Amino acid sequence: MDKVIVCIKGVPKPGTVKVDPETHTLKRESAELILNPMDRSALEMAMRLKDKYNCEVVVITMGPPNAVPLLREAYSLGADKMILLSDRLFAGSDTLATSRVLARAISNLKPFSLVLMGLKSIDGETAQVPPETASLLGLPSVTNVKQISVEGEKVIVVRETDYSEEEIEVDLPAVLSVTPYLDYYRPPSFKRMLEARKLDPLILSAQDLALPEELLGLKGSPTQVHSVFEKKIMERGEIWEGSPEELAKRLIDLLKEKEIFKN
Amino acid sequence: MTLHSFTEEQGLLIDLVKRIGEEYIAPYALEWDEKEQYDPLPMRALADADLFGIIVPKEYGGLGMGVFEMALAVEYLSYYCAGVSTTFAASFLGAYPIILFGNKEQKEKYLPEIAKGKKLLAFALTEPQAGSDAFAIKTTAKREGDFYILNGVKQWITNGGIADLYVVIALTDPTKGPRGASAFIVERGDPGFSFGKKERKLGLKASVTTDLIFNDCKIPKDRLLSKEGMGFMVALKTLDYARCGAGAQALGIAQAAIDVSIKHAKRRIQFGQPVYQFQAVSHTFAEMAMRLEASRALVYSVAKYIDSGAKDFSGASAMAKCFATDQAMWICERAIQMMGGYGYMRDYPVQKYFRDVKCLQIYEGTNEIQKNIIARELAKLYK
Repeated sequence: MDKVIVCIKGVPKPGTVKVDPETHTLKRESAELILNPMDRSALEMAMRLKDKYNCEVVVITMGPPNAVPLLREAYSLGADKMILLSDRLFAGSDTLATSRVLARAISNLKPFSLVLMGLKSIDGETAQVPPETASLLGLPSVTNVKQISVEGEKVIVVRETDYSEEEIEVDLPAVLSVTPYLDYYRPPSFKRMLEARKLDPLILSAQDLALPEELLGLKGSPTQVHSVFEKKIMERGEIWEGSPEELAKRLIDLLKEKEIFKN
Repeated sequence: MTLHSFTEEQGLLIDLVKRIGEEYIAPYALEWDEKEQYDPLPMRALADADLFGIIVPKEYGGLGMGVFEMALAVEYLSYYCAGVSTTFAASFLGAYPIILFGNKEQKEKYLPEIAKGKKLLAFALTEPQAGSDAFAIKTTAKREGDFYILNGVKQWITNGGIADLYVVIALTDPTKGPRGASAFIVERGDPGFSFGKKERKLGLKASVTTDLIFNDCKIPKDRLLSKEGMGFMVALKTLDYARCGAGAQALGIAQAAIDVSIKHAKRRIQFGQPVYQFQAVSHTFAEMAMRLEASRALVYSVAKYIDSGAKDFSGASAMAKCFATDQAMWICERAIQMMGGYGYMRDYPVQKYFRDVKCLQIYEGTNEIQKNIIARELAKLYK
């Protein structure tokens, strides 16, 4: 276990998000970004591996320059290196285009042992990027992992399913997404927060990654968003007033009328 | 309401403590209080955040900050739970003697672990018959070859049983009275060292208080801090440094009490309007705010005075502790009154603040003892 790469994402702070009226995608550069809460699991898992194996932790994010504070946050949690993948050409990328960029950047960091990501982001909610990136890298993928133990070149992971747990043996390197429910998340270290203020990430563009334009951004994304709409909150229901007996009778009558209750 | 200027580092420190408060304390504080439960979770988070290292010099892996930063951390932690901040601040009370009086070997052995939060500390002076009359302690430490043998009981020791290291004041020469006392580092697990039952308290229930029992407790002679006979010097100097911490706790609790009760008063409708609109209520809040700001100004100013390298600050630190804790007691009592029945209910936190804050007028030297110190220092100015 020499190097662990963690991919994180800046998501718009709920309430500050705006949608581009033309592309129907989120306007990330104007939003206040916060660390995708589920990525904290990936960072915590990486730091536990670092505590145990003294491995190097490299944190990567794809996003606009306002994602730099998130990388510094990851540094203050214990990451050793910060990389920002940033280019106008990346704007509007769907999960596939994003995974292409991540996979290329990760590939350039070989050799590494593990790539960790959060289960999904709270804005996109697809959970596709970890397995897509694994697929593009030709590496094994395991999702929703809650425990990692290393035995030589093999890793035994425990993943949570809807009903139980599975224990899976994977060869290294591998791409794992981590469950959002760990028992503890460390806060940032104050010493590292002070250091992080003066550190800048390595910034890589599409050209640096030698990625052709047609595979990136909106152009390179098979997902096309037709429209977005705001979900309406259900209208206020009827309010009945009266004694409990009257109300109970009225309710039973209504249920009978709707044929939910049958005599 | 008044603005205090902070350095960028102090600002970051405050933000970090608030974050720890929001995430690791606020969701559980009322439950810990109800269940009288010590949960190590916030201590783990404070350790991971490097905050046990605030006052530890940088050369030993600490942050090398001062009393002011210690007070800021304690103030903001107390806003969320004074039980938690008591555990944290009591650990500083145990760390100060090692920082101020430890020799090189003792500092090298203990301070790096203390800075990392791997060793929680406690400070043990009080005994059943020696509270305010601290010089009446009876615990003895008898030298036998390369060891000291401790016998006696320390009472109401914060972090008893959960701390790893205990700074204990004991008599090495009972014939010399106060000049016969010495300070020792005792480790949990030392032979002959055990703990009494967990005390049941009015407040600060998330913290642990027990007796320490020394029954032929044998410790190596290199655990002596400073020299034989310096025990009370170590204890009193430590308390001089730490008193701003108790004052800072008062600020955090009082701020929380005001925040909760003023929100209630602005929402609670009686006689067709928010109760805050009644002058009897709004003037009470004005008085609460004045008293808090005056306390804050005093605690901050004394902390900065100590950090500026002042030599003699017993009177100043006694003022900060006594004034801020008395005001906070008054503020918390008024906060309950401003909320009426809601303030009295255990579903709301104000009754907890009221119970927690009471101890601050008692521990780390009762406020009556603080006034003795202030009066003594004052008399020196008018010789």
